[in-house]
Amino acid sequence: MDGFVFDIAHLLAGGLVLVSFMMLYQDRLQALINVYALHAVVLALSVAWQAFIQDAPHLYVTAAIALVFKAIVIPVALHRIILRLGIHREVETAVGIGLTMLAGIGLVALSMAVMLQFTAGANPLAREDLAFALSVLLLGLLMMVTRRNAVSQVIGFMSLENGLVLAATGAKGMPLVVEISVTFSIIIAFIVIGIFLFRIRERFDTVDVRALDDFRGDRR
Amino acid sequence: MTFLPFDAVYAVLIIPLVAAAVLALLPDYRATARLNVLACLLTLLSALSLFFTARPVPGPYFLVDDLNVVFIVLNTFVAFTTSVFSASYISHELETGRLTPTNVRFYHAMYQIMMLGMNLAFVSNNIGLMWVAVEVATLTTVLMVGIYRTHEALEAAWKYFILGSVGIAFALFGTILVYMAAQPIIGEGQNAMVWTMLIEHAKQFDPALINLAFVFLLLGYGTKVGLVPLHAWLPDAHAEGPTPISAVLSGLLLNVALYAVLRYKLLLAATPGAFAPGALMMTLGLSSLVFAAFMLYRRRDIKRLFAYSSIEHMGIIVFAFGLGGPLANFAGLLHMVMHSLTKSAIFFSVGHVAQIKGTQKLAEIKGLTASHPVLGWALVFGVVAIIGAPPFGVFMSEFLIVSSTFAREPLLAIPLVFGLLVAFGALALRVTGVAFGEPTGNLGPAKASYIPMFAHLGLVLAAGIYLPPALVAWFQHVAALLG
Repeated sequence: MDGFVFDIAHLLAGGLVLVSFMMLYQDRLQALINVYALHAVVLALSVAWQAFIQDAPHLYVTAAIALVFKAIVIPVALHRIILRLGIHREVETAVGIGLTMLAGIGLVALSMAVMLQFTAGANPLAREDLAFALSVLLLGLLMMVTRRNAVSQVIGFMSLENGLVLAATGAKGMPLVVEISVTFSIIIAFIVIGIFLFRIRERFDTVDVRALDDFRGDRR
Repeated sequence: MTFLPFDAVYAVLIIPLVAAAVLALLPDYRATARLNVLACLLTLLSALSLFFTARPVPGPYFLVDDLNVVFIVLNTFVAFTTSVFSASYISHELETGRLTPTNVRFYHAMYQIMMLGMNLAFVSNNIGLMWVAVEVATLTTVLMVGIYRTHEALEAAWKYFILGSVGIAFALFGTILVYMAAQPIIGEGQNAMVWTMLIEHAKQFDPALINLAFVFLLLGYGTKVGLVPLHAWLPDAHAEGPTPISAVLSGLLLNVALYAVLRYKLLLAATPGAFAPGALMMTLGLSSLVFAAFMLYRRRDIKRLFAYSSIEHMGIIVFAFGLGGPLANFAGLLHMVMHSLTKSAIFFSVGHVAQIKGTQKLAEIKGLTASHPVLGWALVFGVVAIIGAPPFGVFMSEFLIVSSTFAREPLLAIPLVFGLLVAFGALALRVTGVAFGEPTGNLGPAKASYIPMFAHLGLVLAAGIYLPPALVAWFQHVAALLG
């Protein structure tokens, strides 16, 4: 394994984890969306680098989708949505930032410990990629848990999917069908969420999921 | 394959696809409801023909073997009966204005796409394709759960969507790990995701990677199965969506996810040095059973009540497969089939009851056997069947599970029997309140379709009294495959 090639891949995957951390402490929605766009850009670079070193041209498509769709189209759309809903100034966290960051560090340590131990036999590049991917996945999950606002939960979910794309591209020669499905699922997810957000907007004046919690069928 | 112009496997997939397109375009709801039934019937017939035709050679995408053919037939059968029930349910919803004709068009198209997703998940020979199929089935049900657009329906759909996505993300990560384990042995590309190839070469896989993959897959698909502590979406989704969807969710979608887990369990068993997943599955199964059994007491909503009962039964089934061995696997398979049939029959009757009474609250429904004898008694018989009382098939499978637990892990039999009894008490208590006493609410005549629920209950009763030897042999053979 060429040292330089390895270092770049490592840098980009590590960068993705770092941007995930940045997302954790954004408490304003607009800033959060911008950081998500950055997340997607780093992902696109990382996927493109994998395409280059694996000599797998189809991965450039995945990289392009990440760049165009996730880094530009979705953030722009989300900005418009939150403006229209009038929640662009909202500040929201369910759990304090310090605590969230600590939990995040714990999760990254956990995923490193688990993945590096279990994948001792795999090739080192794929192995570290997977460890980073799991970290991104868990950080996305953490964000979904610690946020109350529907939009930031969606962003948490999308960053989680970015972790999946990182894992899928790190696995050498994984068939294109999966990459397409991953990106496709994001498109579907976005449509679904879009429908949901608008429906919610239609009936209530908030997309705060906490407001929905008032109704629990059993406690009526 | 000789008398058909094309392979029945494709028919099972193409019919729902074409039907979905047609149903999305046709505006007349009476015609579309009938067309929906027709499409489901055709799919059922082609699924049945899989029994009689020569099996196609497993290709890179599709596979029909002894394990999945049972599930395909069960799936298409329940889909067909549910479509019959759905036709009368939907016409009532249109009359009361809870759904608009546009909603119904959307609903029917989604129903067929969901069938496509579930059938595809069963016949796929490719772990990536299976993942996509489960995802499609899930997303369509999310949309259908939210179809009433009420406060509660939206909350339920949102919760289902978020939890389901997390589950599906874990499942994909597990799928990638399986590919990683297979890739050095089988080589890069398509082949390393094909089931038959994976099983064939499993001996050389890195057991550590397969272990890790299985944990992710169990958590991921387990979310869809509704295993405690990943069950939070399930009661809400059952209670707030249209009742036909509750029936297929309980009866079919949970089975699809469980089937995925079983497939990976086979892979794990074929890899030497991999851990035995039994303990993990038994723990999850038992905790689901006991937790759901206690939760049954606190329910105020009739559909939620039966949703928790589904969690309970999924717990029993996962426990049985975790226990393993020919007898427990046999019982697990039988229980899957019996639970699907019984639970969907219960939802059929509950759906009509809720429509007539205009409420799902247990406290406001009383004296059903007096006011609506057919529906009321069908519900009573359904509940008697589901709690595992003797003449019905569920009794037989539960009896087999309990007795093999006593034989193999006597200590685990204590929480198992305890959970079963607690659930028995809770359901018996609740259904007595609903079925007997002074009738309340609307006493008007019911416009219901009784055939689906009687067909299901009849089958469950027949299975409890006499299982044809050919069927037993078949189940035993499949149980042996599961190891």
